[in-house]
Amino acid sequence: MGSAVAQIRASSKTLLASGRPRTSASTGQVIRWLILFIGGVLMVMPIAYMISTSLKWPHEIYNLALVPNEPHLENYTYVLEDGRFYGWFVNSLVIATITTISNILFDSLVGYTLCKFRFPGRYIVFIAILSTLMIPTEMLVIPWYLMSQAFGWLDSYWGIMFPGLMTAFGTFLMKQFFETVPDDFIEAARIDGLNELAIWWTVAMPLVRPALAALAIFVFLGNWTAFIWPLIVTNSVDMYTLPVGLSSFGDEADVQWELIMTGAAISTIPTLVVFLIFQRFIIRGVVMAGLKG
Amino acid sequence: MYHRLSIRQKQIVWAWAFLAVPIAFYVVIRFYPTANAMAISFQNWNLLGDRTWAGWANYAKLWNDPVFWKVFRNTFVYLLIGTPVSLVISFAIAYHLDRLRFMHGFLRMLYFLPFMTTAVAMAWVWRWFYQPVPIGLFNNVLATAGIPQVEFLRSTTLALPAILAPAVWAGLGFQIIIFMAGLRAIPRSYYEAARIDGVSNWTILWEITLPLLKPTIVFIVVFSSIGFLRIFDHVFNMTTNDPGGPLNATKPLVLMIYQSAFTDFNMGYAAAQTVVLFLILLIVSLVQLRILRDN
Repeated sequence: MGSAVAQIRASSKTLLASGRPRTSASTGQVIRWLILFIGGVLMVMPIAYMISTSLKWPHEIYNLALVPNEPHLENYTYVLEDGRFYGWFVNSLVIATITTISNILFDSLVGYTLCKFRFPGRYIVFIAILSTLMIPTEMLVIPWYLMSQAFGWLDSYWGIMFPGLMTAFGTFLMKQFFETVPDDFIEAARIDGLNELAIWWTVAMPLVRPALAALAIFVFLGNWTAFIWPLIVTNSVDMYTLPVGLSSFGDEADVQWELIMTGAAISTIPTLVVFLIFQRFIIRGVVMAGLKG
Repeated sequence: MYHRLSIRQKQIVWAWAFLAVPIAFYVVIRFYPTANAMAISFQNWNLLGDRTWAGWANYAKLWNDPVFWKVFRNTFVYLLIGTPVSLVISFAIAYHLDRLRFMHGFLRMLYFLPFMTTAVAMAWVWRWFYQPVPIGLFNNVLATAGIPQVEFLRSTTLALPAILAPAVWAGLGFQIIIFMAGLRAIPRSYYEAARIDGVSNWTILWEITLPLLKPTIVFIVVFSSIGFLRIFDHVFNMTTNDPGGPLNATKPLVLMIYQSAFTDFNMGYAAAQTVVLFLILLIVSLVQLRILRDN
């Protein structure tokens, strides 16, 4: 995607500035705005209905009105009462957080090494790591499962986390960004007598903070929403992550849609809130990660 | 000892020290399992009994399995509808959104929000939308308008598009953002020159915008194709009572792999399917890159 990177690199900053300057608001512009506004409202409708239904009484869910007649939080109390959702929430949070930290450390360390060190075998290591991007996760789940079974990793945090502790995508992303760190800085730090580990951590890392943030967003979101591997590796209800728990809860709740919507809202709202707070920052990160990775 | 090394030698020592743990990780968690999956695909193994050499038997079984061909077809239907539909919609939205200034950030937020959701949660929301009256939203709307009911998820023809819809919906935000970044990167002077020459907007779109946007289009096509070929979360959660049903009408390859391995415990057969998935992804990506880069 080299050329896409070059094409867009220049633009990632201007993206966040508001739209292209335009002069008068013609009728065409008004119609365009209205259509896009209606489209945008339709886009968020599923989310709006999910939240609205989670606030309704059972007899009211057949009502198409978006605003509940008697909004209440009983569904949340009921769903959270037995503690399962709370446990799944904690599991997801711990797993996504540890995996994110691991990726931040290792992907950047490997990206930095491949970018700034000259040593025999560098190219082979780079190509080998990059080639793993072509292997779909689904091809690896069976061997991972057998490995987990052999080492007793089934049904544990480590079992859920180990496949994602490092990613080729993150390594490649970080390598691209370390290219922008001038070699002179590193050389100067070496002359000052800093060891290589300290140079990476105190000199190079602070200079690629935006890239680290982009990587963190992608890894966290990816692990927060991950489904197939946690579904395979967990057996006991206590070890489920939110998506796996929600899936089993949905079957169990059967036709009690207001409860299912409450569960769905519990697993979705945290990421939506985080997005609304760091909106610009996250969109910039997504563009950066999407185009450089 | 370390102090007697030259600067270059020290660098080599540091580099390998930094890479030691990651290399071990990639070997054990990526390369070994890849080789292992390929090896298992040539074995007969149900997890409990002995592993026996099966030669090409798993692949032959797959070739003669009518369910596999149904699944194979479904997987490509997800790809062949999902990719073009999401490409056209996301480009149209990005193209027009790029020309608006009023509440630009707000509109962009509306379109991007679904990307931040959990696929499993949204699959259940859409599953509720598709329920028959009096529960489902869509059928309620149809009923109010006096239109006959549609059995979305119970129909062998409509279930697949019904499941594809939330997958397309959730991915649009990402594609729109990427398209807008691509549009911003086109120098404005190109448009100004064209306008001075009196070229119509339509011609500008086809002769300037789209050709210059090609790297972005290639990226989105390849990226979204891989996503649709690997669809799983939506299908599994919208058909939990009969995963991939009705009558395998919605079953994609990843779901068949999951069932062969973790419902039937036929590891060899499942591994053969994963190798097929790998080859499909590889071939589709290479073909797309070839076609889109050439002309």
